[in-house]
Amino acid sequence: MTFMKAWTTSTLSLPNTPDPIFLTAPQNHPNHRTYPLPTMSAITYKSGKEPHPNERRIIFKNVDREGWDQSIDTYEGEGGYDQLKRAVAMEPGAVTNEVKSAGLRGRGGAGFPAGLKWSFLPPNNTKPVYLICNADESEPGTFKDRYIIHQDPHQLIEGMAIAAFAVGAKLAYIYIREEFPQGAEILEKAITEAREKGYLGKNILGTDFELEIYVHRGAGAYICGEETGLIESLEGKRPYPRIKPPYFPAAMGLYLCPTIVNNVETLCHVRHILEMGGEEWSKVGTPNNTGTRILCVSGDVKKPGYFEVEVGKVTMGELINDMCGGLKDGRSLKAVIPGGSSAKVLRADETFKVGKGDDCKEISIWDIPMDFDTLAACGSMAGSGGVIVIDDSRSISWVLNNINNFYAHESCGQCTPCREGSLWMKKITDRLVADKAAPSDIETLDAVARNIDGQTICAFGEASSWPTESFVEKFKDELIADTKPELENTPVNAEKELAAAGLL
Amino acid sequence: MSDLVDVQINGEWHQFPKGTRMIEACREVGAEVPHYCYHPKLTSPGNCRMCLVQMGMPPRPAPGAEPAQPDEDGHVPISWMPRPVIACANTVAPNMGIRTQGELTENVREGVMELMLANHPLDCPICDQAGECHLQEYSVEHGKGEGRFREQKVKKPKNVDVGPRIRLDDERCIMCSRCIRFMDEVADDPVLGFTDRGSHTTLAVYPGRELDSNYSLNTADLCPVGALTSNDFRFQMRVWFMKEINTIDTNCGTGANITVYARQGEIFRIKPRQNNSVNSDWMPDSHRLSFHWINDEETRLTSALAKDENGNHQVVTNENAYAIAAAKLSKYKGHEIAIIASARMTNEELFMVKRLAKHLKAKIVETVPRTGEADGYLISEDRNPNTLGVKTVLGLDDPGSQLESIKDDIKQGQIHALITLQEDLITDAGFTDDDLAGLDVLISSYPCANPTAERSDVVLPGGCWAEKSGTMLNIQGRLQRLNKVTDGPGTTEEPWEVIRNLQQALGGGNGIHSHTEIFNQLAETIPVFAGVKFQDIGDLGIPLVETDETLPLLEREKERVAQGLIVG
Amino acid sequence: MSLEVPADLEKQIDERITHYPVSKRSAVLPVLHLLQHHFRFVNEEVIEWAAAKLELEPIKVLEVVSFYPGFRQSAPGKYHIRVCRTLSCAMAGSYELMDSLCEKTGIDRSGVDHHNPIAVSADGTYSIEFAECLASCGTGPVCMVEDDFYESVDDVDALLAKYS
Ligand SMILES: Cc1cc2nc3c(=O)[nH]c(=O)nc-3n(C[C@H](O)[C@H](O)[C@H](O)COP(=O)(O)O)c2cc1C
Ligand code: SF4
Ligand code: SF4
Ligand code: FES
Ligand code: FES
Repeated sequence: MTFMKAWTTSTLSLPNTPDPIFLTAPQNHPNHRTYPLPTMSAITYKSGKEPHPNERRIIFKNVDREGWDQSIDTYEGEGGYDQLKRAVAMEPGAVTNEVKSAGLRGRGGAGFPAGLKWSFLPPNNTKPVYLICNADESEPGTFKDRYIIHQDPHQLIEGMAIAAFAVGAKLAYIYIREEFPQGAEILEKAITEAREKGYLGKNILGTDFELEIYVHRGAGAYICGEETGLIESLEGKRPYPRIKPPYFPAAMGLYLCPTIVNNVETLCHVRHILEMGGEEWSKVGTPNNTGTRILCVSGDVKKPGYFEVEVGKVTMGELINDMCGGLKDGRSLKAVIPGGSSAKVLRADETFKVGKGDDCKEISIWDIPMDFDTLAACGSMAGSGGVIVIDDSRSISWVLNNINNFYAHESCGQCTPCREGSLWMKKITDRLVADKAAPSDIETLDAVARNIDGQTICAFGEASSWPTESFVEKFKDELIADTKPELENTPVNAEKELAAAGLL
Repeated sequence: MSDLVDVQINGEWHQFPKGTRMIEACREVGAEVPHYCYHPKLTSPGNCRMCLVQMGMPPRPAPGAEPAQPDEDGHVPISWMPRPVIACANTVAPNMGIRTQGELTENVREGVMELMLANHPLDCPICDQAGECHLQEYSVEHGKGEGRFREQKVKKPKNVDVGPRIRLDDERCIMCSRCIRFMDEVADDPVLGFTDRGSHTTLAVYPGRELDSNYSLNTADLCPVGALTSNDFRFQMRVWFMKEINTIDTNCGTGANITVYARQGEIFRIKPRQNNSVNSDWMPDSHRLSFHWINDEETRLTSALAKDENGNHQVVTNENAYAIAAAKLSKYKGHEIAIIASARMTNEELFMVKRLAKHLKAKIVETVPRTGEADGYLISEDRNPNTLGVKTVLGLDDPGSQLESIKDDIKQGQIHALITLQEDLITDAGFTDDDLAGLDVLISSYPCANPTAERSDVVLPGGCWAEKSGTMLNIQGRLQRLNKVTDGPGTTEEPWEVIRNLQQALGGGNGIHSHTEIFNQLAETIPVFAGVKFQDIGDLGIPLVETDETLPLLEREKERVAQGLIVG
Repeated sequence: MSLEVPADLEKQIDERITHYPVSKRSAVLPVLHLLQHHFRFVNEEVIEWAAAKLELEPIKVLEVVSFYPGFRQSAPGKYHIRVCRTLSCAMAGSYELMDSLCEKTGIDRSGVDHHNPIAVSADGTYSIEFAECLASCGTGPVCMVEDDFYESVDDVDALLAKYS
């Protein structure tokens, strides 16, 4: 069944080469030409916001950049829209092939190969195709798309225009979270500028390619980041995620037409893939974990922030200690949530088996390379790139309760396990932090999570249950220590007592 | 056959057409999958998660590896998925395996059930749905005995009047969205919706609006729990005390299939019964609720009446009534007699009418037309249930067209005697006192007291649709069975008996003892019915006559089936 | 319906609707945003106006309005504050920020529950609610006042001084 294929990762084996300063598009590339990669020395950044030397800024090249603004003139001054010009001279399929050979994996959370997704559009399709940019950025711990949108909107618009050309979309929407009001305005202004310059609208760059992009603001719901919830929201309905199958967006998305949904960062990469050529781009990062990605670090480190790094080239230790200035003085690491709050927590003193066959080795949390495959091997995920660091001053019960509050608030409520389970988990941890839980409540907590996991319409079910599952698995003693055995079997639900007494 | 696929269900291989939903495939082979949100006539949101089952597929060979070898039956081994899938929306695929039992499925079901009940009130003893609540039913089968939910339950509105005929208890709602989908997709009156989110999700109508569609009561049927209930039926009768009789609706030519719930002769409610060729799973409220008069003995005729010499009605035995009527009628020649029967009569009754007319050599036999506006859903313009039967059995091409000439004939003294069967001429056929004044004899039968009866020399209580059995032809030419729910009050007889007895009193006719016997005669003498056996008609009827009538609601459902939106 | 929608607002709304050539219903969020921006909150009149505009049953608009915390169903203060409550900000002190904002504005949050997330100061100047992650977790605690965004908020007085 094809829908299952969609969710298995393709194995791309790509050579690992040292960083080139200049990249040359391969000889067989349609626009064989040499492109200078931005070198850090040519650009200065605002004081206090300079990139860390471990960074490799491609997507974030212009973020916090001295003298940079969001205008199209500034953007064009640095080769902006050149890649769109190049794209429209290519066959759409050739653009997709570049993205495929680049091995670009989605930066929105699932890490699904973008080129592969684009090629799932039904062959012989006669319906309109839509492109949607997922700018809902709402996974706790994630703050990257915000900066692209606010500081470098044309990069996104160029990326979208190229993607739309590749997939044959004439209408595209940017679904942006409501809490980015200026971001929405900036994007709309950028779209107007791009239309005036002929990069959008009809007959783009003198070809018959046409594209309109509209900005669509959400209204404060995490579930609108889930692509089918987003689509329902964009259709003006409650953002209830759709069942897959049959509603895979590439086949039946917006208005039940083929639709490609990609994250902001993913779409921006498309521009750079064309610039470098897919093959060359794939040499950035590590095999099957190609390119750069933005890691967002928050929580208990001295200098939280965002860092664009080559995927897999930076370890957790380097990220926390070198790039974020380490833990706060006198503190030690307790746990890390490595890919947004939905990712399973990693305990500081765990060891992880990574690698296959002869390469199999056990590593500590500090040595985990921050890439998709390794974090998956460690039992968690790279997710959206949001790394939340938790030191030994934090109560695990408190952390888990905070997370459970989030998911109970954000469950759309459509399907039974998540609707009922997310609030139930919150209620248990509410009692836990209020010293009103009994030891058996922790077992119930875990059981509830496992009744959600794998049984829901959308991946929110996993997102909401994985934190509980992993916290209970890894910090059971600490959670139990916050409970009171004497509360075992004491009523917390008056109604149930009444029912038991036959009074209801 | 290329469009059949092999599917293994609980270890046994079966074949199903491609595109069959897993849940339907399982149902077909007796492996019923519990479900709440799924309904074959509505889109599938897959929200209740009750139908989760284990699924497996032939393993996909690793790159370069040989595919697995099929066994002697041609089946490759199934590799079972670790996660369950919903059976309601997924379709079968070649060599798929489905387990509706076993550890995974049962654990998952138990888990979903536990969560489903977490915020559900514990008020089954006072819930009207008790006895036919799917939650109660499945929780006994699939739930944990002792719930672990210790928290305060979410509070929601209770006992809300959402419409003139429907009441809502939001705490009982399991958010399956069936009712919303019905109003959106079938009734085209999207007044229901969910408000709020998460565990606080609440079914609602917009403030100031009402769920007042003429199809609103179908939502109460659809509701798997006691959240939406019928005001009409609420707390009337525990369901397990009632007997269910399958019959058809007689309020219009559609002949919606229904189940009547009755106890000791009293009808408590009517529900639509699935017939995909007639009414799908639905029926209009106006038809569903039109039974109350049947239970009302105040208005019913409970005995035969005959006028004494002063013109006052006196109660007489049915036997005497037939004798009096026969004596009066026998004074007239056939060309002085007219019969006005009813398109509410069964084919069998109409056959008896025909026989009587023949015996009397009656000048005219006619029926009373009854029309209204078609509603674009299930209610047809023809508000008689058996106009086609009238045409076929009585041979009337244009029923009702002779009513005026009957009036004229009476005025001009050509017709002296009139028998009216199961019609109230004054109320329903436009007859006035004046029109009837010229008659010497008026004989009528009807279920209730009525102005025509008041003027009749002899009145015979004839059973209504719920008090008789027989067959009818709906506007689409479908032959359907009407089944007796209860005996009529007092000395009420089935109309075919009334006619038989009258004819016998007139010295004609042999004894006919049942409506099926009449049907056999019908099949022998009327070509359209030739070869049809009564028992072949079954609960769902059979297509008999070709007509070009369509039912708009069914047409739209067919379209949705074609689009793959619903199973149908 | 007594809602008075100024002509230029309606013009803006009509323009927004053109962004959804396939289905007018898609415009429900933008239309509600424009209306909320003008009327400060979305009450029944606003819902009914939007429903009429988009040719929807009002329940279909209420379904949406009541789903999203971004739409307020009761009047906020002159300046509406949203404080991020989620993990990184909570670790950076967002609950303390909430407390101190309430103290300085005189807002009493004791009546706040799921159905009434917003608390308003007695004089109607300020209103406040918790929001979930505002995607600036590295600079917590963060908050929004109206459409303005503030990170690493430590000086509550200075913040409020801008809105008085
Ligand atoms: C609960 C949930 C929330 C999500 N939130 C976001 C989000 O805020 N932004 C995003 O880009 N993707 C989000 N996703 C992932 C999207 O569903 C989708 O996979 C992604 O937008 C695809 O883009 P990509 O392939 O470029 O990553 C979320 C997924 C889930 C299950
Ligand atoms: S898993 Fe949760 S968020 Fe996803 S559809 Fe179900 S209830 Fe909604
Ligand atoms: S009221 Fe009944 S039918 Fe409607 S959503 Fe609730 S449980 Fe389902
Ligand atoms: S029946 Fe509800 S999910 Fe399948
Ligand atoms: S946690 Fe506050 S912005 Fe993310």
